[in-house]
Amino acid sequence: MEFYRSHVLVCTGTGCTSSDSRLLLSELTKELKANGLEKEIQVIETGCFGFCNLGPIMVVYPEGVFYCRVNQEDIKEVVQEHFIKGRPVERLLYREPGAEVHTQEFDDIEFFKHQKRVALANCGLINPEKIEEYIARDGYFALAKVLHEMTPQEVIDEIKNSGLRGRGGGGFPTGLKWQFAANAKGDQKYVVCNADEGDPGAFMDRSILEGDPHAVLEAMAIAGYAIGANQGFIYVRAEYPIAVERLQLAIEQARNLGLLGKDIFGMGFDFDVEIRLGAGAFVCGEETALLTSVEGKRGEPRPRPPFPANSGLWEKPTIVNNVETFANVTRIIRYGADWFASMGTEKSKGTKVFALAGKIENTGLIEVPMGTTLRTIIYDIGGGILNGKKFKAAQTGGPSGGCIPAELIDTPIDYDNLTAVGAMMGSGGLIVMDEDTCMVDIARFFLEFTQDESCGKCPPCRIGTKRMLEILTKITDGKGTPEDLENLETLAKTIKSASLCALGQTAPNPVLSTLKFFRKEYEAHIFDKKCPAGVCNALLSYKIVPDKCRGCSLCARNCPVNAISGKVKEPYVIDAEKCIKCGACMDKCKFGAILKG
Amino acid sequence: MRSLEELKALKAKAEKELALREDTSRPVITVHMGTCGIANGARTVLNAILSELQTRNLTDVHVTQTGCPGMCHYEPLVTVTESGKNPFIYGKVTPENVKKIIVQHIINGQPVTEWLVNLEK
Ligand SMILES: Cc1cc2nc3c(=O)[nH]c(=O)nc-3n(C[C@H](O)[C@H](O)[C@H](O)COP(=O)(O)O)c2cc1C
Repeated sequence: MEFYRSHVLVCTGTGCTSSDSRLLLSELTKELKANGLEKEIQVIETGCFGFCNLGPIMVVYPEGVFYCRVNQEDIKEVVQEHFIKGRPVERLLYREPGAEVHTQEFDDIEFFKHQKRVALANCGLINPEKIEEYIARDGYFALAKVLHEMTPQEVIDEIKNSGLRGRGGGGFPTGLKWQFAANAKGDQKYVVCNADEGDPGAFMDRSILEGDPHAVLEAMAIAGYAIGANQGFIYVRAEYPIAVERLQLAIEQARNLGLLGKDIFGMGFDFDVEIRLGAGAFVCGEETALLTSVEGKRGEPRPRPPFPANSGLWEKPTIVNNVETFANVTRIIRYGADWFASMGTEKSKGTKVFALAGKIENTGLIEVPMGTTLRTIIYDIGGGILNGKKFKAAQTGGPSGGCIPAELIDTPIDYDNLTAVGAMMGSGGLIVMDEDTCMVDIARFFLEFTQDESCGKCPPCRIGTKRMLEILTKITDGKGTPEDLENLETLAKTIKSASLCALGQTAPNPVLSTLKFFRKEYEAHIFDKKCPAGVCNALLSYKIVPDKCRGCSLCARNCPVNAISGKVKEPYVIDAEKCIKCGACMDKCKFGAILKG
Repeated sequence: MRSLEELKALKAKAEKELALREDTSRPVITVHMGTCGIANGARTVLNAILSELQTRNLTDVHVTQTGCPGMCHYEPLVTVTESGKNPFIYGKVTPENVKKIIVQHIINGQPVTEWLVNLEK
């Protein structure tokens, strides 16, 4: 074993990789070598820390110094100052918004302070490409425990007692799902991990796979033991190359150590895992479509029942669970159902990972106990709304979810509360919107996505979403008519009740939820022909306020369609007929004389 | 993996490498590496500490560096800190002194008082 005095953790998750953490990594290795420090200081690649907008991120142990936005050019200074002289490089440390001083240590940062890391426990802390690091942090001991000390039924009971519910969107009790599959008759059963992660903007599962792949493999083996399956499949989208590569490596390492394969721990239990690549259709995340796709057919859903627990992959009993669900399983077995159930609310136990995005200071990946309020997430962890704007609503559950308006900001977030307000937990996308967001436009955006992703097998979804999208587009184009709202509602009901799978059954949610909380905005578009947030171009007009205009002609010179005319030193005017509402004039005006509304 | 024992052995080995990233209640050895410290041989002291720790397999002792505390005439300086206790500062440390500090202070918990520069505290 090499003895190092310092470990430097560099995030090579997708987020930091795209902000060039690989360049930094090679520069660091080179610089350490040049200074003869390569035997003293070890460089370790990790998965995502969650604080993605600060990438590339680098943490130095044993001090736990947290560096952010580190460039290749900064490395020389870090090596000279920190590694040779022991002085952290002040300017690269993290500073809380508004704070005077830099926060040196990782654990002191607000963004991390309010979080509780269960599913993400190892992400950013271990090298995902070394099984030894996972084992050092008690990895594979949960599998050892179930094989040595527990009957399959005891494992299922433990999961049931923990109160764990599926993290892939539906929130179905995981223990119960396993019970159905365990009870189902059949000599061949399967465990499937859903790593399709199709919600736009979601990257929870990706980060777990990139940062802690063994947690998922171990949990799949535990599930296999519980239900009597010897084969697992991970269905992961091909657009996740780093995740796929690390999973593949993890599987090989586990096989080499005999933690996957035949007769694990000499206890007579066989289990192996294979990867299946998905080609990125949203519907393939739906479990029946996913199974059809694993079988090598076109990924289309089929009616349930029969549920996969009874007739899944190749008509054999199968459980499908989400990546984050599995990541929790390992920890439940290790620390016990009571420990897990002590976190969260009455019916939603444990924690939830969210991908925080939108008009917020700190975007990234967070994990909080169930029941945390939106206020804590947005203001304490998220650092508040960008540019001091007003918070308007948060969208959860992606294209199948809905929004939570500002007045409900103190709602504790759990499965049931979200459903009650017409939103949805979904897989954990959380998009924060400010006063400049048009809710009709947001609804149209999500419907455009689901309409495009509808597989077309059942008419309510295929035709219904198309018609809804047409109406929404009409409204945002300023051509809405009074009966549109009613038509939207009728269509929504029909699509929800008649669609084959949950893609269609939930597709109208963003529309229904915005209609519920922001009906006035729809009405303003339809009756007053106005977009209150100033987003829908067709409903905007640009005007020059004569009192403020100095007649400098800058706007006229910048208008691409010559819609502005006037005499120098006299107020100019915009010809509404010609104006294409590009906003170039408003951006250029130095006197704030141009208004949009 | 044939048995639980095998996994435990693997863990014990791997754990040592990771100890650096965990909070331990074990002492932290800080080498003062300002320009003055380095000029007076702080780097060789640091290397001596590392190799001594390695020889004795003391993976839970953290070694860090810091700047000059202002007592340049005593360089190289090495501070041993245990959580909840006042730090012990050793002055004019040489690679030869390191062994004694580690054996007597770190392992047996008896500071080498004659080399301390902050005894009055
Ligand atoms: C259109 C659609 C897309 C879905 N996409 C995903 C997905 O990307 N990942 C996922 O885990 N579950 C997804 N689901 C939910 C799955 O059908 C299924 O409920 C889930 O994988 C079960 O695992 P869990 O109980 O652990 O949550 C999707 C469902 C629908 C209807």
